[in-house]
Formats: sequence, structure tokens, C-alpha cells
Amino acid sequence: MATLVQAVRMALHYGETHLGATDIFGEDVGPPLGGVFTATQGLKTAWNSPLDERGIIGTAMGIAYAGGRPVAEIQFCDYGFNTIDLLKVAGNQRWAGAGHYDLPMVLMTPSGSGIRGSLYHSHSFESWASRLAGWKIVMPSNALDAYGLMLAAIKDPNPVLVLLPKALLRVRGEQLIPGEPADENVLKEMIDAPVGDRTGWQPRWPELQEYVVPIGQAAVVREGGDLTVVSYGRTLPLCVQAADDLRDQEGMQCDVIDLRSIFPYDWKAISASVAKTGRVLIVNEDTEVTNFGEHLLRRVIDEHFYDLLVRPRVLLGKHVPGIGLNQVYEKNTVPQYDGIRAAMHAVATEAA
Amino acid sequence: MPYEPASVGGNGQATVAEPVVVSGRESLPAKRCLAIYRVMVRTRAMEERMIKMSKSGEGYFWIGGPGEEAFNTCLGFQVKKGEGPAYDYLHLHYRNSATLVAMGMPLIDGIRQMAMTATDPHSLGRNFPGHYARRDWNVIPISSVIEIQYVMAPGTALVQKRHGGDGITIVTGGDAGTAEGDFASCLIWSTRPGNELPVLIVVMNNGWGISTPACTQHGEHRIIDRGKAFGIPGEVVDGNDPVASWHAIRRATEYVRGERRPYMLEPLVSRLHGHSSSSGAARVKGEPDCIELFERKLLAAGVLDPVTREHVHAEATAEAEAASEQVRHEPRPEPEDVEKFTYAPSPVDVVYPGDYTGLPPA
Repeated sequence: MATLVQAVRMALHYGETHLGATDIFGEDVGPPLGGVFTATQGLKTAWNSPLDERGIIGTAMGIAYAGGRPVAEIQFCDYGFNTIDLLKVAGNQRWAGAGHYDLPMVLMTPSGSGIRGSLYHSHSFESWASRLAGWKIVMPSNALDAYGLMLAAIKDPNPVLVLLPKALLRVRGEQLIPGEPADENVLKEMIDAPVGDRTGWQPRWPELQEYVVPIGQAAVVREGGDLTVVSYGRTLPLCVQAADDLRDQEGMQCDVIDLRSIFPYDWKAISASVAKTGRVLIVNEDTEVTNFGEHLLRRVIDEHFYDLLVRPRVLLGKHVPGIGLNQVYEKNTVPQYDGIRAAMHAVATEAA
Repeated sequence: MPYEPASVGGNGQATVAEPVVVSGRESLPAKRCLAIYRVMVRTRAMEERMIKMSKSGEGYFWIGGPGEEAFNTCLGFQVKKGEGPAYDYLHLHYRNSATLVAMGMPLIDGIRQMAMTATDPHSLGRNFPGHYARRDWNVIPISSVIEIQYVMAPGTALVQKRHGGDGITIVTGGDAGTAEGDFASCLIWSTRPGNELPVLIVVMNNGWGISTPACTQHGEHRIIDRGKAFGIPGEVVDGNDPVASWHAIRRATEYVRGERRPYMLEPLVSRLHGHSSSSGAARVKGEPDCIELFERKLLAAGVLDPVTREHVHAEATAEAEAASEQVRHEPRPEPEDVEKFTYAPSPVDVVYPGDYTGLPPA
């Protein structure tokens, strides 16, 4: 099975050969490196840019204005903060300009903790991004969704931010991407650039098929009536693992919703689950003050107050200035398996 | 006057038979000068009308370009106007009204934005005046954010270079904004080795950043000097002189169209009504007025007479006043317009297949 980052690479290849993606660019995105996480190796439209995040966003906007379909990369979302007003303008230009221009641009950037990245390779970005009206924001938690969401992002005529959970980039999927060879070693042989000298290397792309994960459509990845868990990105597989363990060890049945789209989010899926379970836990690793999960919590309370059996809760990253390098910091700053499992157990078993 | 390519009428020195207006060693045919003059006066009339509207309560805020009409009119006449990469892209600032008027924008469209009407074609009554957007003319939506247009310009130019032809990207901003990093980004991204881009980088130098004199903040001698490090040629031009401005723009656009490389222009201009209505928008004393200067030149050259001058002004004032009267009766945006134009229709979005409609529904 492909890793999440291989899935992104295959999606970008499909995008540039079938969906009209014209420019895949950013710092170290082109040869020889092909991205610091290898997401852009072997792509025919990939090119290296100056080390200038504002230049990357502005140029992507210009390309999109002129009819291109760019996929720009900010190497780590931690370095996207100085582009925030450009992102704002990218999101508001259609509205501000009375609909003259569509802006079909994709911005992809690794987000979140999990690679021992210290202060500036561990930030989350979705809560900031959720305030950028006019954008769509997606975040896959597995390889197949990464492929399907990237295709959707390229096809969508609006600015779409694809947040890649960096902790999961090397995690293999459980489902084949349409067209992907069944043997992961064969895939590696075909599309991974060799270590060392890459002069003359060319990828051999599999015959990939179109597979779109619609924007705004969550996946209910575990079903049960005892608890609703809403998550995405790095914490999603931890929630799934906890749900499986609670099922096997405690006999609990949990709805685990992989949101996949931060905005627009699938309120239908959340609402239906909350109406069913009356117990809600929202899990993500962004810092807890003015966290996107708090918005979901607000809607849960506004629209399901009388459906709730116990107080709904969030499990989020701590409101601290950063994630320290010593792992004692990371493990005590953002949700980990034990804390997630304990929180799920607590909400599911609290007396109504 | 509609767009005329630089190659048609007045792209170079006048022929012997035509009456001409001379400035230094350059000249323009009288017919061309009168066309420029009329756009300058019409634009000024629109701006002055809008300043009155900002004081009368018909609008809330005014910002615009009195003092930049000479250069901006000449720019508008030399734009290759159209839609798509075969034509020029315009990343303008909020003092570029004369450019749009020269390209053919009716005054009433500027006044509609000032009056925040639903008929405002640029922003549906949402944005400040002078914040134009026109897809059919490649006018990228103008933003209040100083200087960000410079960082988008390489993107349109990159597509144009790839597309072929002679379409160029023209980016315009002010001198104070060049302190932003986006200006440096434009220089760097326009000159990547092997990927030089057809960008005409214009910096309107009025010597001010709101209330702060540029000389108290900028140590560089000339702004175009910053281009030298990147091998970008450029020139400083008297932006109050239409003849000089016309030829500087002609040289610049010819270079960028042909060489497919960037070029810089630094027109020295006036700011005749201050930064915006936030500083009162009163007429500033002591700065040269490009319209008065040009009138003197035209009168001296015998291509304008006092009667015609009065007629041009009266006609422009009447046009602006009629426009402001008409927009009083035009529809305003409705509450249901609040979300309109947020999203383009998407085949892959199950929540918003069309436009934005409020928070995701149950």
C-alpha cells in the first residue's frame, strides 16, 4: 500500500496529467529533492522557488488569475504565518471583486506535530485557516483520502488548503488507490527517486484512476451508539485505535467521524451522530484557545442541547507558545493515545 | 476613447505635418494630447465629485488619484486591453482611476462604487472607491493592502511568458509601499535566471506615506536603483508631464513586450488631495497640478484655446454630476447579497456546489 506522501505524489501526477494542474512549486519542490517529504518527486510541472513564502502564495494567485491551476507548497505550515494577509486576499478576492475572477489554487502544507519538530515544525494551522473565509480546507488522515482530497482540491475552482498531517506522511494506507500496484515494493521501485544521484532518473507512473473524495464529506470510520468522536489528521487514527480497544476491552461502541474537510465541514454527519449518541468528544491537536473544535462544540450546544446526555467535551493541544524538542513537551502538549482513550471512556461512561 | 495600441497613432515622434506638443526633446501629436487631456479632466471631475460625496454622506470614504492623472492616462492608452494571457494584466493600486477611464471605463462605474450601489460592477458596493476589478480587461481586483499586488504580478507574467505573444503584466503601487517585502519579492521572482518575466514595475512616487514624508524613512536615492542589483533597467520620469510619461511608458512597454523581461518606471507625481478622506481630502497647496501644467502647454502650443478648455471642464463636470445623480436612484445591495460571490460553483463540493450559503446545514 502507498504511504500518505506517495498518495499525494500520485494525486499530483494525476492532477498534472488529467486535471490541468500547471505548476507544482515551492521551496525544494522541484528536482533534485522533490520536496522535503518527497511529495513532489518526478512530477513534470514541479519547480523550485525562491525561499519566499509570500512570493509563493502571490505567484500562485497570479498564475490562477491568468488561467493556470497551481499547486503551491509551503514547506511547513509553521512558515505560512507571514502569508496570512495574502491568504485572506486569496479568499476574499472573488467576493470583494463581485465575482470577476475564480481563483483555482491549491496550497498544500504539512501541519501538526509528530516528527519531533520542536517550535517551528510542529504547529497546527487549521484553526487559523478556518477563519479565512473563501477558502476550503481539507486534511486527510490516510493515503486514499489524501489522493481523493488532493484531486478534489485541484478540481475545485476555489482556493483549497490541503493540510498534510506530517506524523502520518509515512504511514501506509489500508486501501489501494485506484491504479496503484498491489505490491508496495513495486510502487516504490516505480515512483520513489533513488537515494543519492538522481540524474537521469524518471518515474514510471502506474495507470492511476480518478478517485475524488468530495469536499465537505466526512467519513464515519467506526460506528456505535455510545459516543461521538470527531477528529481529523494525526489524532484520527489514535481515536480509531482507542475506539477499537474500548470496543474489545470494554464493549463500548463509538462513532468515530473523520471530518476530512475542516471547511466546509460535514455538519450532517456530526449532527446525525450527536442526535444518536448524545455524547460528544472533539479531538484535535491545535492549541485550545479559539480552536476550530470550539466552533463545532458551539454548534453542538446550539443545535443539540436537548439531545445531549452529558456535557460535550474537547480534547485539544495546550495553549502554550510552542512544542518543545524534548519529547516530554510534545507528549504533554498535544493529545496522545492514553489521553484520548481516557477522555473517550470518560464521556461515554459519565452518568447521564 | 477606446484602446489604441501604441503602434497606432502617436507611438513616436509626430510627423512634420501634424501639430505637435513638445516637452523637452519629445513631442506628441496634438490629437493624442487632446485625448489625454480630456481623460485627465474627466477623471479629475469624477474624483472631485467623489470627494464631495464623501463629505455629503453619499459615500463614507474616498481615496483616489488626483495628481496621478497624467501618467495613469498615458498608461491606460497604451495597455493592450483584453482578457487572458495574450493581453496585459493590470495589478493596480487605488489611485489608478485615470488608467481605467483611459481604457474606456465610464465615469459612472467609478461613482457607483463610491455610492456602494448594487450596480457597482467592481465590487457590488463592497469596496472603497478606486478598488476596481474587471475580468474582461485583465484588471486584477485592487486591494487596500499596500503592495501585495507586486507579489502577484510574477504569477500572471509567468503564464504570459509561457503563453507567448506580447502580453505583459503591469504592476503599479506607491513609493511608501516599496518598504514592504513584497516589492523585493517582485524583483526577485521577475529575474530568476532563465525565467525572467515580462513585468512592467511602476512605482508612483508622490513622496508620501499617508502623513510621513518619504525622505524621513527612505535612504535610497531613487527607487529604481533597487532594480540595478537585479539587472532591471528603469527610468525616472516626470509623471506630471503627459508627453514625457507617454514616451517613458512607450519605451518601457516596448522593452517588456519584446524582451520578455522586467523594466521599472518611477514617475514623480503629486498628491493633490492628501492620502484620503481620512485626512480631509482638501486640496493641497504647493504641489504641481498636472492638468494645469498640461493646459498651459496646450494653450502655448496653440492646440487648445480657452473656450475649448472651459468646454472640456464643463462637459466633464456635467458628466460626473449626472452620474452621481443617476446612482442615487440605482438599487442598493440587499441583505441576501451578503454571501454572494464567495465561492465559484464546484463539481466536487457537496456542501457548497454553488455559492456560499451560510454555515454548513444539517
